[in-house]
Amino acid sequence: MKNPKVIIVGGGLAGLMAAIRVAEASVEVELFSIVPVKRSHSVCAQGGINAAKNLKGEGDSTWQHFDDTIYGGDFLANQPLVKGMCDEAPAIVDLLDRMGVTFNRTPEGLLDFRRFGGTMFNRTAFAGATTGQQLLYALDEQVRRFESEGKVKKFEGWTFLSAVIDERGTGRGICAMNLKTMEVRTFPADSVIFCTGGIGAIFGQSTNSVVCTGSAQSALFQQGAYYANGEFIQVHPTAIPGEDKCRLMSESARGEGGRMWVPKTPGDTRDAKQIPEAERFFFLEEWYPKYGNLVPRDVATRAIHKIVFEMKMGLAGQNAVYLDVSHISREILDRKLEGILEIYEKFVGVDPRKEPMRVFPAMHYTMGGLWVDNNQATNLPGIFAAGECDYQYHGANRLGANSLVSCIYGGMLAGVAAVKYAHGLEKGTESIASHIYDHERRRQEEMNDKLLHQQGTENPIFIWREMGNAMTEHVTVVRYNKGMEQADTKLRELIERYQKINLADRTQWSNQTLAFARELFNMLALARVITLGAIARNESRGAHYKPDFPERDDPNWLKTTKASYNGGDIRLEYEAVDVSLLPPRTRKYTAKN
Amino acid sequence: MADTTFILKVKRQLRPDETAHWQEFELRFRPGMNIITCLRDIAERPVTRDGRDTTPVSYDANCLEEICGACAMLINGYPRQACSALVEHLDKPIRLEPLTKFPLVRDLFVDRSSMFEDLKRTKCWIPIDGTYALGEGPRVAPKAQEVAYPLSRCITCGNCLEICPRVNEDSHFVGAAIVSQVRLFNMHPTGKMHAKERLEALMGPGGIQDCDNAQNCVRVCPKGIPLTESLAAINGQVLKHAIFGWLFGHD
Repeated sequence: MKNPKVIIVGGGLAGLMAAIRVAEASVEVELFSIVPVKRSHSVCAQGGINAAKNLKGEGDSTWQHFDDTIYGGDFLANQPLVKGMCDEAPAIVDLLDRMGVTFNRTPEGLLDFRRFGGTMFNRTAFAGATTGQQLLYALDEQVRRFESEGKVKKFEGWTFLSAVIDERGTGRGICAMNLKTMEVRTFPADSVIFCTGGIGAIFGQSTNSVVCTGSAQSALFQQGAYYANGEFIQVHPTAIPGEDKCRLMSESARGEGGRMWVPKTPGDTRDAKQIPEAERFFFLEEWYPKYGNLVPRDVATRAIHKIVFEMKMGLAGQNAVYLDVSHISREILDRKLEGILEIYEKFVGVDPRKEPMRVFPAMHYTMGGLWVDNNQATNLPGIFAAGECDYQYHGANRLGANSLVSCIYGGMLAGVAAVKYAHGLEKGTESIASHIYDHERRRQEEMNDKLLHQQGTENPIFIWREMGNAMTEHVTVVRYNKGMEQADTKLRELIERYQKINLADRTQWSNQTLAFARELFNMLALARVITLGAIARNESRGAHYKPDFPERDDPNWLKTTKASYNGGDIRLEYEAVDVSLLPPRTRKYTAKN
Repeated sequence: MADTTFILKVKRQLRPDETAHWQEFELRFRPGMNIITCLRDIAERPVTRDGRDTTPVSYDANCLEEICGACAMLINGYPRQACSALVEHLDKPIRLEPLTKFPLVRDLFVDRSSMFEDLKRTKCWIPIDGTYALGEGPRVAPKAQEVAYPLSRCITCGNCLEICPRVNEDSHFVGAAIVSQVRLFNMHPTGKMHAKERLEALMGPGGIQDCDNAQNCVRVCPKGIPLTESLAAINGQVLKHAIFGWLFGHD
């Protein structure tokens, strides 16, 4: 058809890349984002972006990147897309370089690379320790250029409420709410791409930004989209715990030589600097001699749990271990890690150049997400997804510095696929009866009205806290079916209580309480998907670890979980993983070679 | 033992056309708490110090680690990010006000879209030919990267505009953040080819000549960006362009 229109929901790396691809195809783009896109959560990524450019003479290859990624993900990822991503990664980094990303350089003026977890190669390009910020800005600038040419129209300060789906089950646009005027409006589109990021808020405290609630993907799930591998949640080993959020201390700290340790004597109260090297237990180096401090995140996180909870060797009996970069020269630290050291200094008040940092694991990333095919298409025709909100690239555990590349690669594919789909439509949105849009708008307005007018007894913030506590306690690092069943009972109770929530703000102008209440319901629905998927999966694989089922069980569980929603009930089904390129093998990081 | 509490004063304004008023809240102190935690405490129990029910405070925030730029506000009269403002280091009672140089939305929430518009007007991007594979980027000396990188860390928080005496009712100076971005793009091997367009966007009213060198901007930048160096560099480029560009038709 002529003059199609594509809507993109979310303006992080994936959304911006998709927008660029759609605009380059001369198709009109409307880009929706809760925050100005330049403030999206991609800005928080620190350490770098993986691409096997093999500029260090190590014999690295895109095949090796693929192997590391699949092995790191414990063979749960469908292999063809991962292969595509790893093959494209060097060109993606070159593209970003052309866009002006201030990557660190070698003396010859080439891109510098460092090592990250789960690989033996220096494969990670980086811009200090604020790589996500630099990448997001580069894409933001390109989109602003398209915006100035009239090819992209931004709707910043709008939140997604629902998709508009016609009688045939085809996506025909979205319904969104203006966060200033609280106006609810529908926007027709021939295809829609979801790039709505992570879900950290479901766990209360996480390393994610405030907007990472998973609300959009949950709403779409409740409208019929499959949600895949929800149970695979990455808990990052090194974060600074905090009441409002857990602040990430990038894996790049270890990539640059940082070491994790605790005093050999439990409860040793000496100042870190007073403890001689011989009296320090470098547990990752000891337990994983080949990879040392750069084991994948799930492995490092479980090691810290073992140190703190089983061996009772946490710092002064507390939930903390040391991440130490104080032996590295100040010049290197400032040139390569300043961004994160600054965060530690500002929020903790201690200079990590002088003292080891005290860190603990925190919920960080969802490997699971909206189910998409090899064209980033969801099961709802006309609706695509890319970035952290899709499930395709990381299997059961994501390797550090693979998220930025998967966002950009997924965004590229989704942009192209959404354009192709729209062009292939016989009739555009003008052929859709207006009552389809009116009906969806009214449905959303009614939900708002109910919340704004009901006199309830439940405080949405308490419900959110209780959800976060249950999820963090039972559905993160170590999982027992009994505990997770308790968590699900809790979630069902919270969904009941949600019906009686009371809003402390009933105004119709910049009402953040209402927007949060809408997100909260969607978080609860997605929390159940995560929990039920984890209960069902009786094995241990990647980040999903059940002491009662400690081994990976390929005969029964080498399969993708697909959750669907039907009037409040969540149904799980499974599909085979595409392992056509690399036969599954045992994943072990303990061996010396 | 009773909890330690402290007083937080918040300037409230429901709508842009209403008058502002102050409210006081008494909050329970916990180690490590920041202004975001304070605002969340209020949202959880929106009751003023004198026992009146009120609404949660509207404010802008996202990353909570001082890299997204969202949560800038006046804290004890000083423009800074709410997430990195730790209660234990602040004089009490703490006063929160919205930034004053941007249109108010509600309470502490302001609309800084003018900064993004200015980035558009000044063409702050590298005009690449397309995203298809065109090979590697230009080589960059490590020293050049070390100058560019700090500039690329600007989070568009607006603190430098807030503190600038030349951003006021009568003068609409574009501000140090934008000027510094122009310097960044004019430095890049490809960006340099289009330096003239950016410089021309900084000539005339609101342009670089509106800077009166008060040097407040550099003191409030949360990212320590050398803004005064950027202002001086761009001032030099604009002068050079104004003289030689006019005389010889190039710069």
